[in-house]
Amino acid sequence: MRILLFLLRKEFRQMFRDRSILALIFLMPTVQLLILPQAANYDVKNINLALVDHDHSSYSRELTRKITSSGYFRLVGASPSYPEALHLIEESQADIVLEIPRGFERNLVREGTQQVAVAVDAINGTRAALGGAYLTRIISDYNSDVRLQWLGPGPARGTSVIDVAAINWYNPLGRYYVFMVPAILVLLLTLVGGFLSALNIVREKELGTIEQLNVSPIKKWQFILGKMIPFWLLGLLVFTIGLLIARGVYGIVPVGSLGTLYLFAAVYLVAILGFGLLISTYSENQLQAMFVAFFFIMIFTLMSGLFTSLDSMPAWARVLANLIPLTHFIEVVRLIILKGSGLAEVSCQLGYEAIFAVVLNTWAILNYRKTT
Amino acid sequence: MDAVTLEHITKTYEKGTVRAVEDVSFAVKPGELFGLIGPDGAGKTSIFRILTTLLLADSGTATVGGHDVRTDYQAIRNTVGYMPGRFSLYQDLTVQENLNFFATLFDTTIAANYALIKDIYEQIEPFRDRRAGKLSGGMKQKLALCCALIHKPTVLFLDEPTTGVDAVSRKEFWAMLGQLRQQGITILVSTPYMDEATLCERIALLQGGKILSIDTPDNIVRAYPHPLFAVKTDAVHSLLHDLRAYTPVLSSYAFGEFVHVAFRQNQPNNDAALRDYLRARQHTGIVVKPIAPTIEDRFIELMTANSTAAHGN
Repeated sequence: MRILLFLLRKEFRQMFRDRSILALIFLMPTVQLLILPQAANYDVKNINLALVDHDHSSYSRELTRKITSSGYFRLVGASPSYPEALHLIEESQADIVLEIPRGFERNLVREGTQQVAVAVDAINGTRAALGGAYLTRIISDYNSDVRLQWLGPGPARGTSVIDVAAINWYNPLGRYYVFMVPAILVLLLTLVGGFLSALNIVREKELGTIEQLNVSPIKKWQFILGKMIPFWLLGLLVFTIGLLIARGVYGIVPVGSLGTLYLFAAVYLVAILGFGLLISTYSENQLQAMFVAFFFIMIFTLMSGLFTSLDSMPAWARVLANLIPLTHFIEVVRLIILKGSGLAEVSCQLGYEAIFAVVLNTWAILNYRKTT
Repeated sequence: MDAVTLEHITKTYEKGTVRAVEDVSFAVKPGELFGLIGPDGAGKTSIFRILTTLLLADSGTATVGGHDVRTDYQAIRNTVGYMPGRFSLYQDLTVQENLNFFATLFDTTIAANYALIKDIYEQIEPFRDRRAGKLSGGMKQKLALCCALIHKPTVLFLDEPTTGVDAVSRKEFWAMLGQLRQQGITILVSTPYMDEATLCERIALLQGGKILSIDTPDNIVRAYPHPLFAVKTDAVHSLLHDLRAYTPVLSSYAFGEFVHVAFRQNQPNNDAALRDYLRARQHTGIVVKPIAPTIEDRFIELMTANSTAAHGN
């Protein structure tokens, strides 16, 4: 026990002496939480629209006005012909072309039906899909407006319109950052637990100091605990800083209990520290450890449901995602912070994390050898 | 009981293709200063790592302080001091912190064994609050020695402690080893420098993972089988060339400003005949003088004998 305390003292001493790491530990959560939720945003805005109006009627102008005043679209050009408008897409100046055919107003009035053409640049899938959907929505809105106008005031006859009123629960304004901030907290813990711990142990290998420890009577568990506890505490500290920023900057106050949140963070950190430890037992130098850790953390991040929804993944990817510790923690953090779920609702995920913690750490300990 | 024993130790790397240590056996007596002498790649570090329980041998048995390296490794880790060839202390901890840390690892304190390290530690004490990474090469090495000694080991393993250290520090270091020996600590030291071999009580000459010879430095030099001459002329380069073309010469190799020459047959007029030969080859400033062989001469002689024997097979 005395030896473990001494190992911890040494570890903290080294940590506080490395000013760049220390600064990073505090800067990382701040910068990530300040920048990412605001920049990485799924709300599609400023879609560049090229208009081809063959009709030049009051109806076509009314439609154009409706589209541009929605706030989502920016009119970048009015071209006389479709090929010219398409040219704007080729030059990446426009994202969407809307073609209003000749006789738009006449056909609409006389025959009650008219087609418009929408061409979308689909290189950026999300932008294309959402942009197209917004445009369709505005046109159909316009369509019903026109019909209501014709029908005149008074009780509606013959046409029935379903008006949908949706309410966003847990995130009433549908703000993207409310969804992102809790997930970024998880990413921070992963970086501290996975990266820093792996690099720290491999550094001892690189410097040869691990050999000195191996030739001493110090026990395996003492060494491993001596490495894990500092990063575990550091992880909880970073988590706390992150929560404070979420509260101060974004006004996100956890709805659920802080105790449950910290319990989950504590178990998750043990799992991810085991992962870092495992990487370090297989790596010879910091470069190797860095690359391996980066490889996995990249996959973890993109597959964990941080940015994209798990439910829309193919079945095999969902299985894979469930094998990632990050996935469950991100889900749970959102549940606890935004929805206020209690321990009972997240106990299944907690079980998952506990299994990860046991498996990863056992594997790492078995693979760490004092003798080669 | 011997402090360290090795019996038929063999270690291979890369699935048996690289034979780092081949059938090595020797014993070190308690309190002895024993040297492993050999060039880079001779297997010195592998032997050290096997004895300090960092590496498992493929076959053979070894003991340190009576404990088997394979089964009783925990006891060995409690009692040996190991100073690896590369400086491997915490660069970001101070001199004092490093020393304190290693003392605690062995469940002891600096004060408990201060007498043992006093002479060495006094030299680095003025820098005790300096970080180890900022020390000079010689200072680092003294600190490493202190850290290896702080738990009063019964056997001290020093792997190439003087490689990359200046001549003055090397001399100081060997003086310190002499003092430690008087305190009864068994010391195993390896070095690629032949001149340091004479400072050991007994040495093992290693080459390609095999032991060429084990004896006291005096006996090893005495076993050199030929009269040896040092030869010098004004044209050093063509001298070597001409000596190799001269049939009575068995071996010739550059050694400082001289070329060391041994003859196939021990004739009394060997040197006179050589002088005549060199004069006939237009050499000027010819010096031929008999000299006493050194460890290095014996090493080269054993090495060539070994490789010709190997080729003969």
